[in-house]
Amino acid sequence: MIELENVAYSYGGGELLSDITLRLQPGSFHFLTGPSGAGKTTLLKLFYGALMPTAGQVRLFDADVRELTRDDIALARRRIGVVHQDCQFLNHLSVSENIALPLLVSDRDMLAEDANLRELIGWVGLTQRANALPPELSGGERQRAALARAIIMSPDVILADEPTGNVDWEMSQRLMRLLIELNRMGKTIMIATHDLALIRTTKSQVQARVLRISNRRLQLAGADL
Amino acid sequence: MKLDLDKLRAIFTQDAGADRVVPPTGHTAWLTLFAAGAMAFLAVFALALSLATSRLADRWGDALARSSTLRISAPEGQRLAQTDAALKVLQTTPGIATARALTSEEQRALLAPWFGPDLPVESLPIPQLIEIIEDHAGYDAAGLRLRLAAEVPGAVLDDHTRWRAPLVRAASRLRLMGWVSLILIGGTVAAIITLAANAALAANAQVIGVLRLVGARDKYISQAFVRRFTLRSLGGAAIGTVLGSIAVGLLPRTEAGGGFLTGLGFQGWHWLLPLIIPLLSGAVAYAATRAAAQRTLRDMP
Repeated sequence: MIELENVAYSYGGGELLSDITLRLQPGSFHFLTGPSGAGKTTLLKLFYGALMPTAGQVRLFDADVRELTRDDIALARRRIGVVHQDCQFLNHLSVSENIALPLLVSDRDMLAEDANLRELIGWVGLTQRANALPPELSGGERQRAALARAIIMSPDVILADEPTGNVDWEMSQRLMRLLIELNRMGKTIMIATHDLALIRTTKSQVQARVLRISNRRLQLAGADL
Repeated sequence: MKLDLDKLRAIFTQDAGADRVVPPTGHTAWLTLFAAGAMAFLAVFALALSLATSRLADRWGDALARSSTLRISAPEGQRLAQTDAALKVLQTTPGIATARALTSEEQRALLAPWFGPDLPVESLPIPQLIEIIEDHAGYDAAGLRLRLAAEVPGAVLDDHTRWRAPLVRAASRLRLMGWVSLILIGGTVAAIITLAANAALAANAQVIGVLRLVGARDKYISQAFVRRFTLRSLGGAAIGTVLGSIAVGLLPRTEAGGGFLTGLGFQGWHWLLPLIIPLLSGAVAYAATRAAAQRTLRDMP
């Protein structure tokens, strides 16, 4: 699905990630943790082709990312749902239009997808806010809208960067329940977070691997979590 | 050059939802509209100037190329005899269709703009003028001059070459300037649209990032910008063309006494030619925006 082999990433003369090897198995659930600035977001960007590794190999759906054209990467991203910490909406479009954006850019028949779109908006609890503009949403609503947009194409992989960073505990639990439900549908989940309490709570509900970035390298977190 | 009809069709048929992914940006919108409108307005005038000078060159060329004038400057007692002799020479010269001496009334009419209508032509030592009309083959002017020199010493042949050529050359230069103006206007439209498109692309870097994040191909992103600028340019140029055509329509019509400064408008089917201007403006905007978008997207990380 997505594989990293001996991957390194450097910028500004310094190496941020080094010798990272990881393979995301279909249906797996991963947490990625580490201190701020450790390289969690960078690693996620390597996963969906937004950054190119400075060494090693990243394989997106069995293709070396270096050999992919921009169009190939765009097509691969339709199979990878990304939830950004800052959500990244188009503020001039309504919530429902933002959620439907991946369908729109894929030239899908919007009329045929309308029922699915409404169902999904209902699933993330935003039916009443569907016509609002993104700046009018609360932090939790924004995160749920971002999650809905990430999964509307029914991607194989969902990458979430601090999805609970701007929401209260109750909302973060609600978001995690949605992600666990998606994992049970067979989706591969990778969540970058520094919230260890959230990881502990979620681990009691789903079989998840916890990976930690420490000293530029990826380690499997153990009992010290 | 292969015309990609699918791309052209997409400009007009891409759904409104796709069009909305690019947020409206005020200053580039009015800049594009205004530039396209103003340039189309000027293009209508440049086109009208080109066509008018073209007609003028043709008229001067046609009207003067087939006619010549023979001037008989002889003493009063010999003028009639020399006129008859000259007419005989002309009648036997190959290439001359007709030759006739102007009447006193015609000569008076020619001089009227300078001396008034009551000039006593008969009592003044004014040369007799003979109008010569060539046939299609034309005549040998040098040979005719030699014959006239021998048989009609007071005759001076003026085949209009001396003053027809600069007029036709001037008209041709004006026509050329009109076409050069049209090319410059097209280039200016391209430059302004490119600047506006670059500004819009730079202002929407975050939008482009989001579109890429959700799986939009660069072609899709480029198309959204291209469609917007092409339609704006088409709209602006259509308004400019209509206003320009109205302004040209209000110019003075062709008048005999008005000389060159009248008759600058379109005539007949030429009124349809300005319709091409919005289409050309749209095509220029399409090419300029497409090139700018592709370059910007390629350079973006």
